[in-house]
Amino acid sequence: MLMRSLLTLAWSSLGSRRFVALLTVACIGLGSAVLIVVEQIRTQAREAFTRSVSGVDLIVGPRGGSVELLMGVVFRTGTPGRGMSFESYRQIAALPGVTWALPVSFGDSHHGYPVMGTDAAYFKHFRYGRSQPLAFAAGSPFSDIFDAVIGAEVAERLGYQLNQRIALEHGLKPAMDAKHSHQDKPFRIVGILQRTGTAVDRTVHVSLAGIEAMHADWVGGRPPEAFDKLSAEEARLLAKEPERVSAMLIALDQRAAALLIQLRLGAWPVEPLSAVMPGPALLELWEIVGVAENVLRGMSWCVITVVLVGMLTVLWSGLEERRHEMAVLRAVGARPWHIFLLITGEALLLTLGGVMVGIFFAAIVLAAIESTLVQHYGLSLSAAFSGRTIAPLLSGIVAAGVLAGLLPAMRCYRRSLSDGLSPETGG
Amino acid sequence: MDERARAATEGGPEASLAPSAAMVEASALPESQSTSVLDVKDLSFAWPAASFRIQITDLHVRSNEHWMLEGPSGSGKSTLLQLLGGVLLPQGGDVRILGESWSALTAAQRDMRRADHVGFIFQQFNLVPYLSALENVLLPCRFSPPRRQAAESGGRLDDEARRLLAALGLGAKDIQFRRAGRLSVGQQQRVAAARALIGRPALVLADEPTSALDAGNRDAFLELLFSEAHTANTAIVLVSHDANLRPHFERHLTLEGGPC
Repeated sequence: MLMRSLLTLAWSSLGSRRFVALLTVACIGLGSAVLIVVEQIRTQAREAFTRSVSGVDLIVGPRGGSVELLMGVVFRTGTPGRGMSFESYRQIAALPGVTWALPVSFGDSHHGYPVMGTDAAYFKHFRYGRSQPLAFAAGSPFSDIFDAVIGAEVAERLGYQLNQRIALEHGLKPAMDAKHSHQDKPFRIVGILQRTGTAVDRTVHVSLAGIEAMHADWVGGRPPEAFDKLSAEEARLLAKEPERVSAMLIALDQRAAALLIQLRLGAWPVEPLSAVMPGPALLELWEIVGVAENVLRGMSWCVITVVLVGMLTVLWSGLEERRHEMAVLRAVGARPWHIFLLITGEALLLTLGGVMVGIFFAAIVLAAIESTLVQHYGLSLSAAFSGRTIAPLLSGIVAAGVLAGLLPAMRCYRRSLSDGLSPETGG
Repeated sequence: MDERARAATEGGPEASLAPSAAMVEASALPESQSTSVLDVKDLSFAWPAASFRIQITDLHVRSNEHWMLEGPSGSGKSTLLQLLGGVLLPQGGDVRILGESWSALTAAQRDMRRADHVGFIFQQFNLVPYLSALENVLLPCRFSPPRRQAAESGGRLDDEARRLLAALGLGAKDIQFRRAGRLSVGQQQRVAAARALIGRPALVLADEPTSALDAGNRDAFLELLFSEAHTANTAIVLVSHDANLRPHFERHLTLEGGPC
């Protein structure tokens, strides 16, 4: 009852200083929004990172940066590099202890989404998250050379349906001219995958043979002249086994064998290769990113601190002119600790209001940047905009706000003891 | 100040031996049959650097009585009011409220007792400016359960506050809901009176409540205050330097601030 009265009083008091109060709330709101957005992206990035691949024991590719290999294969972002020979792929796949092996081939794209050439077994073997298999929302794996299976994001963003024909483009960026488009050899969508929250969602999957057929009339990485062009049907007949693939994924009978195989591949006689264990490598990579992550986090807490100091200033500077108000409250029966609670209550209301505004701001910002993040990084934000991730954060802000309010409250408490009932006569 | 006052009480009772500077004029009046609200015995108090000493040998206020304590400016009237209300403790002598000495209570107990039994009206700026007149009147009920109960005994709390405001000439709704800071000085003083009287406290202490009012307003204010105090059975002790107020009071005490 009394608490409610004090909160009502605090509310009315803030209402009488509406402009300053609203400014303070807006500041706290912006600060909280920064914190929420950073935190949301951070947790989602980590989530997406760690759940992006599962059940793959080794990623094998040309010797070079393991980060590059990892990024290229798992996140489908990097340039494909030289790749490895198909012969090596075949030999490695046949090594004892290898359960399955999948070749992957990059280099083409569709409206900015990466095209990945692979084996139809990919849809059977590939796992993400906690060993979840890929599932089809519609259709089935590719069987024909010019079949394509698209991820959920591609389907949704571009509004594609089964049996629609799409043209792929050469290179990872949208084609600069018609010559670099593979529009003469369109692919038919035969399958649409369910959403996974990983890079799979923005991938267009085709067979290795399809990749070959697309480039059947290309010579040395150059597009053919008009009179050299082959039709889709001619290309279909001419398509041969690929000479090179970008990398390969391997699962082993025994995970412990990964180190041995890794060593063996390090000294591969045919060509220089390297093999990366995706789990540890992802963690390692995340630790590098983690530094930036912590810097971001620290900075957003700095913003909150600055904002709360601002609130403290507002409360503090108001105390002198409110001295009389406090004396009046004392005269009508308020005890000094009621005055203390009143000021603390004002701080509480300001921070609570700020946090509400912050959630609102953050929701707007996240909604605005989500499409970009999903499209380019496979990061989905709204799904995890749940109380569980941001509740500790927000209660932290509110607690900090109340703590900041304790200072002026303490001063007011002391003064209400010494001022008595009326400041004019008290001293 | 509480600490200072408490330290001062250790000064001992020798001050009470000083000759009385107070003169009781009302002793001839017949005593009412009511209970004793405020008893002052050999009160003595002086600020460390002040040039005056407050002294009252004997003062007995019973319920429903109206007292005027008159003294010139600078004779420590406001300090006296704080002594009577238990905000300050006397260095010598004793002030009892409803039979209990302020000095025998802890600071927290004094706060509670004051909230339950004493209403205050000051010279001006009595109100919390951002609350409405009505909310200002209700404030004591928020902090004192007994006063809340007393105010609610006749019906709803709001109705009682409205009744008091109306009785003091502020019946118009737009005035009752107007923010206190936007009321005229005369209206503010009447709101303060209603607030001091809500929940029927035993005592209302008033510090020059009419000094900001013109003569007509002043007389009307006192009339209304007295008639409502009578209904509530509340005693009024008013300190003022204004001799014009004297005819309104049946009981009267002149303070003569003695030099230290």
